[in-house]
Amino acid sequence: MSAIKKFMFVNRKAPYGTVYALESLEVVLITAAFDQDVSLVFMDDGVYQLKKGQQTKGIETKNFSPAYRALEDYDVEKLYVDSESMQARGLSEEDLLVSVTVLSRSQMGALMDEQDVVLSF
Amino acid sequence: MLHIVNKSPLTSNTLDSCLSTAAGGDLLLIEDAVYAATRGNAAESRLKAAMEKFRVYVLMPDLAARGMGERMSDGVTPVDYAGFVDLTVSNKSCQSWL
Amino acid sequence: MSSIEVGGKSYETDEEGYLTDLSEWNAEVADYIAKTENIAMTDAHWEVVNFLREYFEEYQIAPAVRVLTKSIGKKLGAEKGNSEYLYGLFPYGPGKQACKIAGLPKPTGCV
Repeated sequence: MSAIKKFMFVNRKAPYGTVYALESLEVVLITAAFDQDVSLVFMDDGVYQLKKGQQTKGIETKNFSPAYRALEDYDVEKLYVDSESMQARGLSEEDLLVSVTVLSRSQMGALMDEQDVVLSF
Repeated sequence: MLHIVNKSPLTSNTLDSCLSTAAGGDLLLIEDAVYAATRGNAAESRLKAAMEKFRVYVLMPDLAARGMGERMSDGVTPVDYAGFVDLTVSNKSCQSWL
Repeated sequence: MSSIEVGGKSYETDEEGYLTDLSEWNAEVADYIAKTENIAMTDAHWEVVNFLREYFEEYQIAPAVRVLTKSIGKKLGAEKGNSEYLYGLFPYGPGKQACKIAGLPKPTGCV
């Protein structure tokens, strides 16, 4: 067995407008099957991915937001959101689907430095 | 005329380009641009200022999809797809700020 | 696109036999798909299939085998939440076979 690596997924795009958020989620679920150390970061418009109450019937698109609540089952428990990004969008932790750790930009940068692999979406 | 914006106001300068260029008329926010018309968004004040020149509409299915249906800014008119079509018909021309 | 005929009705599937439209699923189709997989459905099989459908309803994903095993253990007890039990019911993989019978997509991260 190869050594466990630290993977970070950096999510910076809003859901639905582009396919990045969904693609990232799928890769995260696949990576989780290989028992790696996975961290998810949500910053800039990426914080919108975790907004509660998404109703996609009207745009005939799959609502994939419930899957973020399944991440715990996949042992993906390190979810970080950027405080500034939340503030600029009028969001607070209560607006989010899952419990997260809120970090400042500099804390986020330090965490990024610790990773073996950083994947950008 | 009708101006359509579809990019998030906080990751693209599209909305600003539109607002600084267009003289006025109808402004329709769709896709990720709907976030501009939500309470607490950093772009909200720019949109409010623009309301002096523009009638601002937001495509409701896009707002609801993003879980922001309850947060629409005051002074914005929600439209559905039929309303979208009406706007394109009632205006003599249309610019999509892609 | 392929399709299967059950009870005089045609159901669209992908090349691997997974239902395209999961809202079309019913018990009769489940039985039919199970037969094509050489599985005779028992209450124990149904328990897993129903669990998968509930999981999908809640999270909109078909869980990977490891996640399925763990979640079944939590909900139905340790004697069911293990590979021996689940592979005993679905020899070619509880993820692949049970999801197919449950009318769900192939599990994400299924290798």
